[in-house]
Amino acid sequence: MAFAAFGSSAPTTQGQTKSGRVVLALLLPGLIYLVLFFVIPLVSLVLTSLEAPAASGKIGEYVPGVDFANYSYVVTKYWPQIARSFGFAFLATIIALLISYPLAYFIGVKVRSRPMLQRMMVTLVIAPFFISFLLRTIAWKQMLADHSPIMEWAHQVGLMSPSQSFIGSEAAVVFGLVYNFIPFMTLPLYTSLERLDIRFLEAGSDLYASPAKVFRKITLPLSMPGIISGTLLTFIPIAGDYVNASRDFLGSSNTSMIGTMVDADFLQNRNYPAASAMSVVLMGIILILVTWYVRKSGTEDLL
Amino acid sequence: MAGELSVAGADLELIDVRKDFPGFTALDDMDLHIPAGQFFALLGPSGCGKTTTLRIVAGLETPTQGRVLIGGKDITDTKPHERPVNTVFQSYALFPHMTILDNVAFGLRQRKVEDPIAKAQAALDLVELGHIGERRPQQLSGGQQQRVALARALVNRPSLLLLDEPLGALDLKLRRQMQIELKAIQMEVGLTFLHVTHDQEEAMDMADTVAVMNKGRIEQMGAPEALYDRPKTAFVSKFLGQSNLFVGKVVDSNANSVSIEVGGSKITVDKKRAEKHEGTIAIGVRPEKATFHESKPTLGADHVLIGPGEIIDIRFTGVSNQYLIEVPNVGEITVFAQNVGKSPVVELGAKVWISWKVEHSFGLRDLPDGTEDLG
Repeated sequence: MAFAAFGSSAPTTQGQTKSGRVVLALLLPGLIYLVLFFVIPLVSLVLTSLEAPAASGKIGEYVPGVDFANYSYVVTKYWPQIARSFGFAFLATIIALLISYPLAYFIGVKVRSRPMLQRMMVTLVIAPFFISFLLRTIAWKQMLADHSPIMEWAHQVGLMSPSQSFIGSEAAVVFGLVYNFIPFMTLPLYTSLERLDIRFLEAGSDLYASPAKVFRKITLPLSMPGIISGTLLTFIPIAGDYVNASRDFLGSSNTSMIGTMVDADFLQNRNYPAASAMSVVLMGIILILVTWYVRKSGTEDLL
Repeated sequence: MAGELSVAGADLELIDVRKDFPGFTALDDMDLHIPAGQFFALLGPSGCGKTTTLRIVAGLETPTQGRVLIGGKDITDTKPHERPVNTVFQSYALFPHMTILDNVAFGLRQRKVEDPIAKAQAALDLVELGHIGERRPQQLSGGQQQRVALARALVNRPSLLLLDEPLGALDLKLRRQMQIELKAIQMEVGLTFLHVTHDQEEAMDMADTVAVMNKGRIEQMGAPEALYDRPKTAFVSKFLGQSNLFVGKVVDSNANSVSIEVGGSKITVDKKRAEKHEGTIAIGVRPEKATFHESKPTLGADHVLIGPGEIIDIRFTGVSNQYLIEVPNVGEITVFAQNVGKSPVVELGAKVWISWKVEHSFGLRDLPDGTEDLG
């Protein structure tokens, strides 16, 4: 109707079909992209997860089928990795939130009166992205290796016993996950806190709320959208991460996560159905958790 | 309802309060005493320091020096949440993530007052918004938000209620209505109100006492009628209503009055209505106190007579006509004439004389900006 109003002489129906075509043309690139790179791979992934080994018995050869055995196989074989993935993701997300919130509050609220400093600090948060995260993770591996100055120091002051290595431990993997994903937590929190109206905080303290109460009753609920997007943006990729936990980076065979196993099954064992089934399981669990999380936070009156 | 809310307000005292910001002084050694139960207005243009004063009383700003006392108790170093003061903010600052009822109950809950919801509901009823307790602030009109902000502050029965231009965002009609309601509520609950505003009509209409602020200082303080009738500085005479000001050297002085000469006319003021009696002084008169004549009238010594001048502008404003008259060597004089059917019928360019009773003249302490001391 709105489009039709522009040309009063043109019949309404013609105007509508014309505008319909324009809308379609504008949407087309996005639709093609989604079909090519999301729908087709997804369907292919699900189909692969149901394939059965070929009669020839050769490694890496499979025939189409409806074989749910792949699922029971991966769940029974890899449940420690599944549990570890979500345990690590949960832990790393919490740590990232605890580190990011004060940082984002400082940048978004405390230095608001100095825009130059504020912009500089935001740039510093993004700065790590200028270097590939693989390189940065490798760099950490060097820095935290057994005879590195940092570890020598840690041994000296008794933070770690001399026989312990940091690299390869679960702590090292969680450290790497937190380090790599912290900007994804800080940026949405910053966006949310940067818009926080200080006058609400003043009104809170005027209404007898102590600084701690003001934070809990006003600042925290008003920054909840940032907390939700930040935790989602870190939790989801961390759960599927296959780099930090890998032996080649900060992990060992004792720290492998789902991603590590998908990687191994696809590229080394060439067990494509198992790798696909694992991916589908990972996707399913994330979907359930995220739906539950968003539902729950959505009902808590978050604006 | 009123009985439940009303506690005697406390008096507020500012002693030698100063506030320096980087580059300028917002408050310049201010002393102020507001008696308990008063409706007190701080009136001034933006940047005069009135909001800073209010924020210092609320504890949201720390004074560079000086003390703040409420009910005789020094609260200068007390945190905002520990002060017996509540504020109605200019932006209302209603919490967007809470319902109206939760907003109003917020202060009660923080102080662990019993039955906060019932008391909040009663406060909402007082401002006639009892039916919207479950709504969110975003769903309310400006006037409704203003009343909720008022209820949220009043429900805590503070010793002192601070109002930071709470009517500024409302349209004229709603503002008038809210002024009346606000005044009625203040009389009903008997609290001390400190109202900050730049609207002189609002201040005069509602307040028992008005303090006119300029450049971080109080220029003059008093009852609205007294302030209007006898402004003591050029700023007050211009900010509170309009004034015609005349500057000249005192040429005549007797026991009761002093006169200056301006452009050949003698302008007289009663001594008891003048701040200065010698040297160069400024004498003023309100436009509605002056009248004009089409022929030179014969008037006694109890009148000031200026003229002849020429009418250079006539503006019809409804209740009155505003005439701008240019008098050679004296300047422009504004005269208001009520539209009661008998105001002189004159046209642009007409030659007229202006007069007023000497008792309506007022003498200022200072000179208007841009005029020189004539020695």
